[in-house]
Amino acid sequence: MAITLTDAAAEHVVRFIDNRGKGEALRLGVKTNGCSGMGYVLEFADTVDEDDKVFEDKGVKIIVDPKSLLYIDGTELDYGREGLNEGFKFNNPNVKDACGCGESFNV
Amino acid sequence: MALLQISEPGQTTAPHQHKLAVGIDLGTTNSLVASLKSGLAETIADEDGHHLLPSVVQFLGKNDDSYQTDVGHQAQQNAANDSLNTIFSVKRYMGRGLEDIKKHSIYNFVTEKDSAVPRIRTIAGDVSAIEVSAEILKKLKQRAVDALGGDLTGAVITVPAYFDDAQRQATKDAAKLAGLNVLRLINEPTAAAVAYGLDSGSEGIHVIYDLGGGTFDISILKLTKGVFEVLATAGDSALGGDDLDHAITDWILAEAQINDPDAALLRTILDAARQAKETLSEQDSATLTIELANGNIWQNELSLSQFEKLIKPLIRKTLVPCRRTLRDANIEADDIQDVVMVGGSTRVPLVRQMVGEFFATEPLVNIDPDKVVAIGAARQADVLVGNKSDEDMLLLDVTPLSLGLETMGGLAEKVIHRNTTIPVARAQDFTTFKDGQTAMAIHVVQGERELISDCRSLARFELRGIPPMVAGAARIRVTFQIDADGLLSVSAKEETSGVESRIQVKPSYGLSDGEIESMLKDSFSYAQDDIDARKLREEQVEAERVVEALQAALLEDGEALLSAEEQAAIRQAIDELIEISKGSEQRAIKLKIESVDKITAEFAQRRMDASINKTLAGQKVNELNQ
Repeated sequence: MAITLTDAAAEHVVRFIDNRGKGEALRLGVKTNGCSGMGYVLEFADTVDEDDKVFEDKGVKIIVDPKSLLYIDGTELDYGREGLNEGFKFNNPNVKDACGCGESFNV
Repeated sequence: MALLQISEPGQTTAPHQHKLAVGIDLGTTNSLVASLKSGLAETIADEDGHHLLPSVVQFLGKNDDSYQTDVGHQAQQNAANDSLNTIFSVKRYMGRGLEDIKKHSIYNFVTEKDSAVPRIRTIAGDVSAIEVSAEILKKLKQRAVDALGGDLTGAVITVPAYFDDAQRQATKDAAKLAGLNVLRLINEPTAAAVAYGLDSGSEGIHVIYDLGGGTFDISILKLTKGVFEVLATAGDSALGGDDLDHAITDWILAEAQINDPDAALLRTILDAARQAKETLSEQDSATLTIELANGNIWQNELSLSQFEKLIKPLIRKTLVPCRRTLRDANIEADDIQDVVMVGGSTRVPLVRQMVGEFFATEPLVNIDPDKVVAIGAARQADVLVGNKSDEDMLLLDVTPLSLGLETMGGLAEKVIHRNTTIPVARAQDFTTFKDGQTAMAIHVVQGERELISDCRSLARFELRGIPPMVAGAARIRVTFQIDADGLLSVSAKEETSGVESRIQVKPSYGLSDGEIESMLKDSFSYAQDDIDARKLREEQVEAERVVEALQAALLEDGEALLSAEEQAAIRQAIDELIEISKGSEQRAIKLKIESVDKITAEFAQRRMDASINKTLAGQKVNELNQ
């Protein structure tokens, strides 16, 4: 399994990293919190830790810590728009149920 | 599915707790709102794609306590037909007394006896400048909430550098009225400098040249140790892009030999003039076509050199205050590091050229001059709500390990995650586990592992005096607070009764860097074990809850609703569940809970019926139908 990106997500990640001017990777992960168990982590990455798993898709380097990978392996990161709002979405095959808005989830 | 943005390293917030912050440029002519998305500062457009919101409010009426208004483009279009109820340029009246504003205003100002604040008489009642500004801010706030997908944590609002305390306070009051939490008011020139990242650059002197629609401001800023100091400001409150349009209009009137145009024709000519000005920012000539009152079409060409000859005196006029500020600040043009261009009129090439020559520096123009102030404010807001990584906030400290508390089954619930910048306060709601529970033990722990036994215990305290309620009804808010000195205090408060208890601990006490590192390492190497352990404990807690609930139900209604055999069967199922949940097979516990559910379904149904009967007893049918 691996972590992948849609074309739209890759395009935006490249643009955002470019604008930030430092760091060249994206960190994905989970945190135990939120109304339905887990919440997602989506951050710029400046460092790679020894234990991190590194993936690459469409020219974007993706870093995931081994603990988080158990919860999000196989995830496809997408970018979409809802009304005026736009942002990233996790298409995570491990999710069993999520809270109403999908911001937190259970595996 | 909620839409997420990319955070700075270590700055991811818990779900539903995004720290959304905006910067607002509350302008005389136009206002904007901007925010950072995935590190990129951008102004937010409305549904029609407009970034600029005309600072125009039309009052339509009053509804209870709130005004019915149109704000922005709609109000601007209606202005001609409803001029007394449509307020333009309200910023000029902010924090001012009646004497200051009466001179140059078409509106009907009134003052009440017990108030020094002048009010404008409108169809919706008498409104103060603060209330009018609040309508503009509300509109921008709504746009931001829609675009960012959540409530705003706070806003940075920009004000002119020359605004005095009363004007600043009025701006703050307007924001409060609009339901905005003002993180800070910052000076417009400072915001422009921040937008260009000058705050992180070398120390020195920066000039902000702001030629807006109707006003001109020049500010000289000095940056030392990350703090901008305003050395001098000057300006002309009646000079702006509109004057460039008027210069072209006058030329058209002369060329077309129009002596006394009516209002409609004048408006047509003004629009054509503005268009020509915009064209000439990119091309060498502009074609003007105007339909005259007698139906004839007048057409002419305005070349760039002609245009520049028309506007040169106006631009030269802006250099007078520039010279004065340099003298006031006691600096030479050579001392200046950067010149930042703000305001739509600085798109005119001649403006850039003349300003560049005057200060002997190539002006900064890469950021849209209409948006630069809002963008700088957004950047500042983002820092103030704490979305920046550690290195951008050198003065602040972070928590080395997560802090949390013990929940049922020996699980650690993190309240403040590691690498959170301090000072910080986070609250989480918990509830009681048993019916009639009147006390709760709070066990504060530190660490990254899922089980309490693998984390470090910091403190224990008890919350007593919770009123007896059914399990899950009490609302206990536990607040973790770390002050700037790294002191952790934890308080627990039962919301319905208000009983409260608290304790103070120093979280990093006695932990060496090596210990912190090994605690972090363990959390990775035991990840799978931790997940399994968590699942098992959660299942065990669920089993315990089912047992509790069943025993309570049996005690209450067992005799009345169940036969002796049925009671025995349920008791046996409970015993089996207790036995299995002592083991370590999560699936077995889960299956057993499901089978207990089936066995007791009938009992649950009867209890439900019994309670409905009890409620309905003694009531007439027609009462129920009501």
